[in-house]
Amino acid sequence: MSDPMRIRASVQGDITTVRALVSHDMESGQRKDAAGNTVPAWHIQNINAVVNGKTVMNAYWGPSVSKNPFIQFSFKGAKSGDKIVMSWVDTKGDKRSDEAAIA
Amino acid sequence: MKRRQFINHGTTVLGLAVSAGIIPAGAFAQSATGWNKTAFEAKSLADVVKALGGASATASNDIVLNAPEIAENGAVVRMSFESKMPGTTMLALLVEKNPAAMSASFDVPEGAIANFATNVKMGQTSNVYALAKVGDKYFYAMKEVKVTLGGCGG
Repeated sequence: MSDPMRIRASVQGDITTVRALVSHDMESGQRKDAAGNTVPAWHIQNINAVVNGKTVMNAYWGPSVSKNPFIQFSFKGAKSGDKIVMSWVDTKGDKRSDEAAIA
Repeated sequence: MKRRQFINHGTTVLGLAVSAGIIPAGAFAQSATGWNKTAFEAKSLADVVKALGGASATASNDIVLNAPEIAENGAVVRMSFESKMPGTTMLALLVEKNPAAMSASFDVPEGAIANFATNVKMGQTSNVYALAKVGDKYFYAMKEVKVTLGGCGG
């Protein structure tokens, strides 16, 4: 359905910084296709990240976040080798989870 | 874990129900748990703040918004924003002249740092706001971003 999220997470001192690239069309509902029909809105509404059972990021997105969205966020309390799981849900109810190890 | 399994299972079942035509797809628009429809449809900073439960927002130098002076491509405009105020629990990004002002909101759970970056679509040159919730007060930083080619498909 969608391609995997590309997640890069690394720790410096006590702070882990995550940069992720999410694969999703993020249709705003404003665009018209070649035939002139409005393409319906279809976008991620909620995306979050969990490390060691704790939610470290929870975001709500509207239709104006770009296609194939980039996100960067930081948090404390994790260490190299910990696993980060990122998950999203979109307006169609589709969802996806991907995980990566913190470097 | 059980809750996640329930949500996963429930979402899949509902998704299948939509595919089968039992539930109209429109019923799911704006339905993820916690997604604030009123906030995501508000047209101005003031309306977004009200939709989030606040009274008004105050400009503050402790909120930092980084955005380009000129965005060549309105479809992908990188913004980064942070709040230096302790006790920040939420940061949101608003593009005033977009059809709906709020692009995204980020909770700041305990242990998280109030500093985020993402890409947003801008329809036209507009003021952009980083809005922070600190306790029950709201603060913001604003920057005008000029857009050469609008990114909303118009």
